Amino acid sequence: MPENLKIEVIPEGTVIDHIPAGKWLKVVEILHLTKPNGGTLLIASNVPSKKLGRKDIVKVEGRYLSEEEVNKIALIAPMATVNIVKDYKIVEKFNVEIPDEVVGILHCPNPNCVSNHEYVLPRFRVESREPLKLRCHYCERTIEGEEILGNL
Amino acid sequence: MDWKGRDVISIRDFSKEDIEFVLKTAERLENELNEKGALDYARGKILATLFFEPSTRTRLSFESAMHRLGGSVIGFSSAASTSVKKGESLADTIKTVEQYSDVIVIRHPMEGAARLAAEVAEIPVINAGDGSNQHPTQTLLDLYTIKMAFGKIDGLTIGLLGDLKYGRTVHSLAEALTFYDVELYLISPELLRMPKHIIEELREKGVKVHEMTDLEGAIPELDVLYVTRIQRERFPDEEEYMKVKGSYRVNLEVLRKAKETLKVMHPLPRVDEIHPEVDKTKHALYFRQVFSGVPVRMALLGLTLGVLEV
Repeated sequence: MPENLKIEVIPEGTVIDHIPAGKWLKVVEILHLTKPNGGTLLIASNVPSKKLGRKDIVKVEGRYLSEEEVNKIALIAPMATVNIVKDYKIVEKFNVEIPDEVVGILHCPNPNCVSNHEYVLPRFRVESREPLKLRCHYCERTIEGEEILGNL
Repeated sequence: MDWKGRDVISIRDFSKEDIEFVLKTAERLENELNEKGALDYARGKILATLFFEPSTRTRLSFESAMHRLGGSVIGFSSAASTSVKKGESLADTIKTVEQYSDVIVIRHPMEGAARLAAEVAEIPVINAGDGSNQHPTQTLLDLYTIKMAFGKIDGLTIGLLGDLKYGRTVHSLAEALTFYDVELYLISPELLRMPKHIIEELREKGVKVHEMTDLEGAIPELDVLYVTRIQRERFPDEEEYMKVKGSYRVNLEVLRKAKETLKVMHPLPRVDEIHPEVDKTKHALYFRQVFSGVPVRMALLGLTLGVLEV
């Protein structure tokens, strides 16, 4: 059965495709979609994918993403694609990209880092994209894997 | 490199050329100091030493360096007597103090505090230790001490001994040594091994690294033995500390197997890692290492203030 028949199309909004299988809940959490916000939220998990083997898809009706939200998704799902839907048609499609610097998105897990105590935006420099490894601009500690997800 | 107004926050911000330049400037100042007794490059300049946690040795070394340069010093040696106690933010403290001074030296218990201070201040900020993160001036003085003792750093075999897990000084020194052609022996109890990511970084940068627990096996190979204190205060629990307390003692017996030219270093204070009987031997370099703090910090103060010819 073609994949698009399994998931209802949305008239207006955003489709986030190519999320690694099992990561949809994290995407929903970081976009704060866990509470009803008016639009329909459609989720498909463990869908066969040529690119990823298995993938998740999140469709959000009536909602577009800020640059910060796109950057957050890139940290969880660096292969994700974002589709902007208007009047049932995809009017724009782009790949998310991990920026060189991640600012104000995740907190430093080091409890003794000054960024957790002073009025300052947490900042991380991307040290490696594959596997993703970030270095805190302030305390210089590196974080990777689950530690990144846990602090988004 | 334009040094005037530059911050000194992390050894990671330095290139090999930067390090060599600081060492060369320190040597020049040490020679001038020996000739003239006192210098006046920083006359009229004020250093603010903001020690949010006590560190008498580092503070006195910076103060001595500024006085030797002909400048003066203001500051505090613990947060207890400051507006921080009243809830003032670090940023506000820095913005206030920079109105009174030309350069700030900061020691703070939080990691990243010096970086934040440097972002807030328009005058240069020098990190004198931020939590367990960085202490770049210690690393520079360690390198200077080695260079003054051997005339070089390349080609040496260096042993780092003791607490390699929590020891900030050995982390930064190891990072800085990746710029040089050295062989490293990392000697520690299993519980206090050098973090994996640092060893990976050392190997990636071509440093030959040996990890071991046995000091006696390593000592005949070494040109430098850098001893660290096993720091009770860094341990999350007392039980872990008790397992490794007093693991190594450098004494005359141990040094019998060393090269005649071996130099023993220690960032001090020591507890029982080096027996006082070693002090009188030609191996002891740790008091010279303490002295090195003055010319190195003079160089950094003079360069960042822009009062030395570059």
